[in-house]
Amino acid sequence: MNRTLPILTILIAILVIWYAAAIPMNAPWQNILNGRAGLENVPFTEFAAQTWAQDKPVLPAPHQVASEIWNATIALDITSRRSLAYHGWITLSATLLGFGFGTALGVVLAVAIIHNDASDRSLMPWIIASQTIPILAVAPMVVVGLGAVGLTGLVPKALISMYLSFFPVVVGMVKGLRSPEAIQLDLMRTYDANGWQLFWKLRWPAAMPFLFASMKVGIAISLIGAVVAELSNASGGGLGVRLLTGSYNGQTIQIWAALFLAAGLAAVLVAIVGGAERWANGRMGVRA
Amino acid sequence: MKSLTPLQQVLALAGGIAALAGLAFSLTSLSEAPLLALFFALGGLSLLRLAVPLGLWLDGGLAVLGAVALIAALPGGVMPGHYWLALVSAWAFAWLFVERLSAAIRAGQLPETGTGLLIPVIFGLALLVVWEVVTRGANVPPVLLPPPSSIGARLAAETNILWADFVQTFIKSVLPGYAIGCLAGLLVAIAVDRSPFLKAGLLPIGNFMSALPIIGIAPIMVMWFGFDWQSKAAVVVAMTFFPMLVNSVAGLNAASSMERDLMETYAASYWQTLMKLRLPAAGPFIFNALKINSTLALIGAIVAEFFGTPVVGMGFRISTGVGRLAIDLVWAEIAVAAVAGSAFYGVIALIERGVTFWHPSVRGGRA
Repeated sequence: MNRTLPILTILIAILVIWYAAAIPMNAPWQNILNGRAGLENVPFTEFAAQTWAQDKPVLPAPHQVASEIWNATIALDITSRRSLAYHGWITLSATLLGFGFGTALGVVLAVAIIHNDASDRSLMPWIIASQTIPILAVAPMVVVGLGAVGLTGLVPKALISMYLSFFPVVVGMVKGLRSPEAIQLDLMRTYDANGWQLFWKLRWPAAMPFLFASMKVGIAISLIGAVVAELSNASGGGLGVRLLTGSYNGQTIQIWAALFLAAGLAAVLVAIVGGAERWANGRMGVRA
Repeated sequence: MKSLTPLQQVLALAGGIAALAGLAFSLTSLSEAPLLALFFALGGLSLLRLAVPLGLWLDGGLAVLGAVALIAALPGGVMPGHYWLALVSAWAFAWLFVERLSAAIRAGQLPETGTGLLIPVIFGLALLVVWEVVTRGANVPPVLLPPPSSIGARLAAETNILWADFVQTFIKSVLPGYAIGCLAGLLVAIAVDRSPFLKAGLLPIGNFMSALPIIGIAPIMVMWFGFDWQSKAAVVVAMTFFPMLVNSVAGLNAASSMERDLMETYAASYWQTLMKLRLPAAGPFIFNALKINSTLALIGAIVAEFFGTPVVGMGFRISTGVGRLAIDLVWAEIAVAAVAGSAFYGVIALIERGVTFWHPSVRGGRA
């Protein structure tokens, strides 16, 4: 079935509901404003337009968020500290570094787990348990702690991202590296393949679909980790800092703009991993 | 030595040689830590396995002796060099023990239940011992990383505060938010399921939304619902809704068309088909979402408390604890959160075993 039409319909419905919801949510404050200005019996259409144009609305209208994003990215100098592009780049670099660390760590752990019985039994339960520690919640503490030993800036944030993103990679890669069937392993044995050949020519290619699926999850979580890690260090910049300062100053439009930029960034990153997946699949002869 | 794999040989040699070296370095101070001296001597003696094979329980005993001796002998200041050798040696023996244990289980010499559980427990205990020894032995400032013993002491001393935080965050914010979010996701999925058009439009958007940093809406929710638990519950609702929606929609499609045809030949109504076939068939998917959401909900509530909260709650305690440098209290809070999260997950998994007992993944004895 063609998917464009249903998706577009839902998106338009969301926009309509959003505009409609902005009217009652911003109405109390607008009534106060109008009362101060001595305006009475404002016609509904004008009142609605007023609620969509407040400075610090409870719920900003979509076009306000869009214009804030435009003003804060394209219209501003990119090195300005008020530029969302500047903050987005800070978050993006921490995300990518953490994602790289996390994927590497996840693959190494998965290889250790499938080749060593003891590490399978001892590591796997603790890797699962490690994810019940709310690292997102303690991320600010970790950042402060690492700052005390002189690790500041990009690396602490990347470590938080790493902690979050290695988990899906481990789980997916263990499953993937174990996915070759007994009949395939037997065939490799009839070829007299050694351990390395078994790994590089059978297990590793077989694990690729699992790796890419995990990486799509992992890169999205990496971004969340980077944003949350930024909450503790307001001087470092980043989208998380924009969220926090916006929250303290009641700048709702700024919060929504940072939020949408983060969402867009996550979508683009996931799409890039998806593109890499298609490329790798093509090289491996898979027909999409 | 014949019966050991190459890795096990390396570990055995490392443990024995480190113990011998430790003995050599501590000759002048043997009387200060007699237990440690005993461990060094026995560890060195274990090198005799080059001639006589040793039982695997001896390695386990050596590891325990090393850990106990180290913790008992820890000095107030920085550890002397041979203590580090003892740590290396004890770690090597513990690793060797685990390696041989799992090899024995694999060979069928030891039962899977019981001993299989022992291995992760040993790993966890070994981590705690290394943490304790390194933080105290290397004089790591408690502000950076407190040793487990002081975290445990804080845990025991501050039960009142920890309990109040637990009630505020878990009982008041997480549970209602989790229930509302999961229920709403399920109901919307059932409603959407009736319209292929809506399903086609909503599913990609739902998938997209569950990958986004929804946690970022926390400041917005605080503005809308105030500082108390309502705003945290709202964040939890938003975070748990989309995974549940996506999984339930996929689950409602799990019943095969043949099964649906059978229901039709029974003249079953839509609701009968839904209640008796499709919802039970969707069970594994729904429980998958419930499990994902159980940890997600706790994280969401704690992070949301960073954006404003009354003076109670786990997130509040963590953020103020960092500010006041009461890091052991923060770690006690983390321990509570980890235990609560694991227990929550465990309860859901148990319910899953009872409800979806028919599913292959449960029948195999693993859930």
